Amino acid sequence: MLIFILRRLAIAVPTLLVLIVLSFVLMKIAPGNPFTGEKNLPRDVLANIYARYGLDKPEWQQLLEYIWNIVAHFDFGPSFKYKDRSVNEIIAQGFPVTLTYGFWSFIVATSVGITLGVVAAVKQNSWLDYLAVGISIGAQVVPNFILAPLLVLVFTLWLHWLPGGGWNDGRWNYVILPVVALSTSYMANIARIARSSMLEVLNSNFIRTARAKGLPGYKVITKHALKPALLPVVSYLGPVFVGMITGSVVVDLYFSTGGIGQWFVNSALNRDYSTILGVTILLGALTIAGNLVVDVLYAWIDPKIRY
Amino acid sequence: MIAETQAESAAKLRADQAAKPIKGRSLWQDAMSRFVRNRAAITSVVVLLLVVVFTFVGPLFAAWTIEKIDWSIIGMVPEKGFPSFATGHFFGADEVGRDLYSRVIQGTQVSLAVGVLGAAIAVLVGTIYGAISGYFGGRLDSVMMRFVDIVYSIPFMFILILMLIIFGRSFVVLFMGIGLISWLGMARVVRGQTLSLKNREFIEAAIATGVKPLAVVFRHIVPNLLGIVAVYATLLIPEIILLESFISFLGLGIQEPNTSLGALISEGAQTMQYGTLWQIGFPLAFFVIILFSFFFAGDGLRDALDPKDR
Repeated sequence: MLIFILRRLAIAVPTLLVLIVLSFVLMKIAPGNPFTGEKNLPRDVLANIYARYGLDKPEWQQLLEYIWNIVAHFDFGPSFKYKDRSVNEIIAQGFPVTLTYGFWSFIVATSVGITLGVVAAVKQNSWLDYLAVGISIGAQVVPNFILAPLLVLVFTLWLHWLPGGGWNDGRWNYVILPVVALSTSYMANIARIARSSMLEVLNSNFIRTARAKGLPGYKVITKHALKPALLPVVSYLGPVFVGMITGSVVVDLYFSTGGIGQWFVNSALNRDYSTILGVTILLGALTIAGNLVVDVLYAWIDPKIRY
Repeated sequence: MIAETQAESAAKLRADQAAKPIKGRSLWQDAMSRFVRNRAAITSVVVLLLVVVFTFVGPLFAAWTIEKIDWSIIGMVPEKGFPSFATGHFFGADEVGRDLYSRVIQGTQVSLAVGVLGAAIAVLVGTIYGAISGYFGGRLDSVMMRFVDIVYSIPFMFILILMLIIFGRSFVVLFMGIGLISWLGMARVVRGQTLSLKNREFIEAAIATGVKPLAVVFRHIVPNLLGIVAVYATLLIPEIILLESFISFLGLGIQEPNTSLGALISEGAQTMQYGTLWQIGFPLAFFVIILFSFFFAGDGLRDALDPKDR
């Protein structure tokens, strides 16, 4: 097990380094920088600014210092655009928002998805089964960036039930639409995976044995069928986690929730290099860490898996 | 008597067979007949063909080009820009008074082209990479696959957005970005399949007759991978269309006046509060139809070419 974790780490760490170097290089070969604006600054002023942001040093040194600051101090440097703010402060402002609706989306997607899938499999060919299958097919072609406007259309413009944007410190009615938009397609996929693996398990011999020895139906499901049936769902949690993070860009942009995704797009459009670098690395690290955790979790649950 | 007739009919049968040799059914014919029997898959293919034909025939009936602004309705699009045959805006007009019929046709073409070309890049690169890695094995294999593992776990969505901002929004960058991401899965699938192929007798026979290693890969391994590659590519196309739409939704897709379905949907979503539902409805309908069709066609293809799956 320990060897497995170490081997997985041996991929995760270089991946993170590649990500940092790649985004850093992309930033450096970009034409212009935030200070070559509309006004032509005097050369002395420009030199001062470069020195302030460390842009006067050779590039490899900038890169090394950048990585060192992140690793040693968790410091992503100052923002190039907002003079009075550091990237850390920007992250501290946006990240809790993303974390809040991301957390709830994850909970909703897994709990509703698993319940729906398991019930659909147990009551195969009932209306509930058809409903679950219908939802999972529909959600395949309606990704979050299309679902979000449709939700706003129905629940805000037509029914006037829920606010169509804003965050308001995470009041419940402001959280609902982002969570639904973010979680639905993953919920549907989880339901589909859970249903098909549950069906497979229900047809296996040990379930027949359990029924034959006279266990009541619900106990067969909870005691015997559930655990093996959920294995494929666990392996899908990695993509779900990644989807929550990339999906935050859509949610923030559409619902103006002010999370980290909004900063990502804004800083990208403003050429605020240090912010976009910081956010990319943070989100990338989260993605990689999430995948790592899911992989380890999966190997822990199912000892047959070793790759 | 009875034995006699039996012998007679057997002889007749043999004569028939000699006259008309039994035509063997190839793997592909089997697959084809399985595919044709799958009603959802066939319907999807027909719908897709209709959509493609429509994008080529449709412009002949268009009254407006994609960038011409209809000055008579500008500023009054919610009231006057609705779909109508009288104005020539069959699908209505967009927010600034351009004809949505022409724009939806063009957007559909672009989305399909992005999907198909992106998948083609992925097929080309992924197949070659995976087949070489799988066939030669050993250290080369582990280095090549470790590389795929590392690149695979980079969250490439962010890198793609960075690239589009830094190098400007262009078709080439979009393709490069999408191509860079999408060949990885292909390479893995192909490698796995190659591993199971490379110890088969016909490969051994090829090696024994002195075929060079690279020729073995391209002449004997790759053709036998076609089935799984076709399935995977069909399922990859809708994924790439989705990816492109996501990029367009962020406003980083292809540039005006050209458009794609994702861009049209995003524009429609921004204006629907004024009651111009046709602006999101028509592109969304095309989008959903295309994606559904590809998914069902891909599923049907998988069932047809991979019978052990059932």
